[in-house]
Amino acid sequence: MTLLSLQDLSITINGKPILHDVSFDIRAGEIVAVTGESGSGKSMTALGIMGLLPRGATATGQIDLDGVDILRTEEAALCKMRGNDVGMIFQEPMTALNPVQTIGDQVAETILVHRAAPKAEAMTRAAEMLERVGLPNDRFPLSRYPHELSGGQRQRVVIAMAIALRPKLLIADEPTTALDVTTQATILDLLRDLVDEFGMGLLMITHDLAVVANMADRIVVMQHGHLVEQGATDDLLRNMHHPYTKALFAASGHKVSLPTNSHSAPFLSVQNVTRDYRTPRKTLFGKPGTFRAVNNVSFELNKGDRLGLVGESGCGKSTLTRAILGLEPVQSGTITLNDAPVFSGKKPNADVRRKMQVVFQDPYGSFNPRHRVDRLISEPFHLLDTPPTGAARSDAITKALTDVGLTPADATKYIHEFSGGQRQRIAIARALITDPELIVFDEAVSALDVSVRAQVLDLMAKLCRERPLSYLFISHDLSVVRTITDRVLVMKSGEIVEQGATEDVFQNPKHPYTQTLLEAAPTLPDDQATR
Amino acid sequence: MIRYVFGRLLSLVISLIVASVVIFVVIEIAPGDPASFMLGLNAQPETVAALRAELGLDVSKVERYFTWVTGMLSGDFGTSYTYRSPISELIADRVVVSLPLAIYALILSTVIAFPAGIYAASRRGGVGDMSVMGATQLGVAIPNFWFAMIMVLIFAINLRWFSAGGFPGWDKGFFGGIKALTLPAISLALPQAAILARVMRSSLLDMLGEDFIRSARAKGLSQRQALWKHAVRNALIPVLTIIGLQFSFLLAGGIIIEQVFFLPGLGRLIFQAISARDLIVVESVVMLLVFVVIVVNFAVDIAYAAVDPRLRTKT
Amino acid sequence: MKGLWIGIVLTVVFLALALVSFVWTPFNIEAFDIPNKLKSPNVTNWLGTDQYGRDILSMIMMGARTSIAVALLAVGIGMAIGVPLGLWAAARRGSLLDELIMRGNDLIFAFPSLVIAILITAVFGAGAINAIIAIGIFNIPVFARLTRGAALSLWERDFILAARVSGKSAFRISWEHIFPNILNLMIVQGTIQFSLGILAEAALSYIGLGAQPPTASWGRMLADAQTLVSFAPHTALMPGGAIVLMVMGLNLMGDGLRDVLDPRIRVDRT
Repeated sequence: MTLLSLQDLSITINGKPILHDVSFDIRAGEIVAVTGESGSGKSMTALGIMGLLPRGATATGQIDLDGVDILRTEEAALCKMRGNDVGMIFQEPMTALNPVQTIGDQVAETILVHRAAPKAEAMTRAAEMLERVGLPNDRFPLSRYPHELSGGQRQRVVIAMAIALRPKLLIADEPTTALDVTTQATILDLLRDLVDEFGMGLLMITHDLAVVANMADRIVVMQHGHLVEQGATDDLLRNMHHPYTKALFAASGHKVSLPTNSHSAPFLSVQNVTRDYRTPRKTLFGKPGTFRAVNNVSFELNKGDRLGLVGESGCGKSTLTRAILGLEPVQSGTITLNDAPVFSGKKPNADVRRKMQVVFQDPYGSFNPRHRVDRLISEPFHLLDTPPTGAARSDAITKALTDVGLTPADATKYIHEFSGGQRQRIAIARALITDPELIVFDEAVSALDVSVRAQVLDLMAKLCRERPLSYLFISHDLSVVRTITDRVLVMKSGEIVEQGATEDVFQNPKHPYTQTLLEAAPTLPDDQATR
Repeated sequence: MIRYVFGRLLSLVISLIVASVVIFVVIEIAPGDPASFMLGLNAQPETVAALRAELGLDVSKVERYFTWVTGMLSGDFGTSYTYRSPISELIADRVVVSLPLAIYALILSTVIAFPAGIYAASRRGGVGDMSVMGATQLGVAIPNFWFAMIMVLIFAINLRWFSAGGFPGWDKGFFGGIKALTLPAISLALPQAAILARVMRSSLLDMLGEDFIRSARAKGLSQRQALWKHAVRNALIPVLTIIGLQFSFLLAGGIIIEQVFFLPGLGRLIFQAISARDLIVVESVVMLLVFVVIVVNFAVDIAYAAVDPRLRTKT
Repeated sequence: MKGLWIGIVLTVVFLALALVSFVWTPFNIEAFDIPNKLKSPNVTNWLGTDQYGRDILSMIMMGARTSIAVALLAVGIGMAIGVPLGLWAAARRGSLLDELIMRGNDLIFAFPSLVIAILITAVFGAGAINAIIAIGIFNIPVFARLTRGAALSLWERDFILAARVSGKSAFRISWEHIFPNILNLMIVQGTIQFSLGILAEAALSYIGLGAQPPTASWGRMLADAQTLVSFAPHTALMPGGAIVLMVMGLNLMGDGLRDVLDPRIRVDRT
């Protein structure tokens, strides 16, 4: 039975076309995944179905939900429909809940606003629904506030809110993108169970093709507002027709080939490093508590090593990164580069610092918007005693830009003139300009679309072939770490629980946490074959 | 929660101590000796010394500070040089005018601003929004004492609905007192209401852009329901700050408005004391005003905790 | 956009009036002309005359000078002290110094500003200089807080981390990366504080604690007009209207600038 049917849906916002003639169906009990890169219009499709398009948007075509054309329905009737016939969950669980209202009230509100039950009964049903999504009442009473819950728990509340009246259709817009991989697995399991139990249709919007391949009955692939291909999951994965679909899946499972590392001399040495943070006092006159972000961590990085560091949010990997870069002091232990300490006394050691550079995650926040590219990428020259000037300086800038696949003319542009992928190239150029011996990539490809990510990974592999490059690659994305590193550290709760050659760790994880992590990570069918 | 209240209480006490020291020091470094000022240029040194002793000026500064502070704590604000009567009595007579005026104005300002701000936010970009915003743009630009003069011109002189000034006293009846305070309160309140309405509107609009409003809409709440049930309470957090600050503006602004309407309030007292260089009165009245403002800000901090559960559990 | 242009025009008009008054005013305001007193607006005296027969337009031009000078210098004091304090506090975020700077700011905020201005002028004497200091002091915490808040969020940004990795000192980062990125915010807030300064100057001179005669000021003109308002309303309407237009012009300009320079920045408006 067809539950939702989109026919020739087109959307423009202030005259700018966003969607072009999109048509697909969802049947009851079916999971349909809409996938594509940023700007493909997939989220706008979801908002269109909810009748929640932003101001200035106009939609044409037809959205038929169980016999009702949403585009031709009054707002009052749409309000009755939302929450009742169709529920929606969002990407960011940290902000999707009202911070000043209890979770019980927020779940019960779905029932109350549709006058489905009196207040007392609504609260009982809210409690049942929270129990159903995995928040038992004895541990998560209705009187809890959102800030008292973790991200995964909040996402469960959002799901409870969306399904409290057992809607026929649930729309999930990137429901697990903001979550850790182990949490993601449990939320995806929950969604799958709910679809089976309630016989709902589930429309999943996600950019993560591995999630798509594992969850969906049918896949819809979108690009620049066009639907390029759709089909049953198995068929589509086996038999892709559209070149974009092929490119997308290829980029998602993209592998690079790194040259072999012939060096073996220890280079960066981290010995018994511990870093504590103070936490607020529990009682008024009590001692402030401490939180141990990094606990007795030791590892070595040899010259030419491509070392990965994986772990979930809050595991201490960012703290460790900052300590290695000399941005923060450590409580105990030593970090040395070529036997020279990163931190000498209270001050960072300038001699060591000039041998390290860093590439950050966010291509939009990594650059001062008021400086030109030449000034941006030459900033590390500040570390040198005699920075190049004049022609030498512009030669260095030209070389750095060409090395990362940009043109010398880009030096005079401002950062807003570049796309996310280009900005990440500029970030790499900045890191390369002083020829550092170690580069730290801090989630450097995590914010990029898969096709752009594949290009940046290729660039890194190319650089490894051209010069002796050692790097520490920090990421939560296991598939990327697997291809771009040759050794890996697994971090959990401030400790390194496992380390070894990347392929060994992935093929044969020893520590239970590593096993859980690899188990939870969704994989594309091709990966499963090699496992 | 107890920790939070205790923390705010501690900062209240520290603020009061620092404030009293600052005020005392400022008054101390004032040029000229009050006793010789009061007695004029031709006074005999012995007479000046006698007056200094009488006013308690002949002891060390530190001792004077502690006498002043401990005195205030027990309700004894000292004796006015010029009135020759206890300052606490002078203040008590005037506070019954100034405080009701400030509270009256605060209520008016809130009662006008909340609906206006919420209305404008709910009609964002529409004619209603534009008119409210235009009116507030004018409101924030009007000096309240000038607005008071215009009000007197219209409602007292031309329409004769109110008297142009003066205060009959509360013993002549509650409504007589309220009527005498109405024009002053409106003149004080409207410019503040304009500010508050703008803050309310922009705070609401910020909230309406939040993810949780979208979640509420996805549950089936209409835009209006989402605004009232979810945005307003969250928007109150910045608005409360402004209300706290406004109380101090209204109290201080009252000093000027009292001049326009010839009200026998703290403002009159302070001006008479300034022109007579009766600095002990100035010092005590200023300290009292600062005390009230700091206490109100403390109350606002506590109100935050009532609105925002995050404050109750954290810190 | 329309608001911005109205604001700019109003502001420029008043700035021009103030500048022109240095070389020319329609009448000499130091000469009394009692026979011509309290004239309503007419062809000779466009805005009428006051109780001494002085031309109100000329007095408003001279008053604009006082208002603008006092408010501008007060904003200057606030910025010159507040912005570096805020940058400094943000550079040492979490330290005792940061705590001290911010607590100091809270304390100034806890004082009713007008009361303290009255205290200062009462103790040190009435006059334009003391009015500037009194208003300026209360601009310090406004700029310090705003600067610190904006700088704190910038310090979390990756481009600041990159600069730190390049070995730049906190001072150099504040100057090179933080300050240019909060400049727009400061311009907008400066405009708003300028308008508040005009209002504060008018209030102080209205109660006789601002610029002293013979210096003309809008607040003093209103104080003089108070007893005349029932039979010569223009004596109150003209200077009051000047204040409203000038303040509104600055506010419109501030709001417009904010929209143009950076729609994301938020400004304290109290």
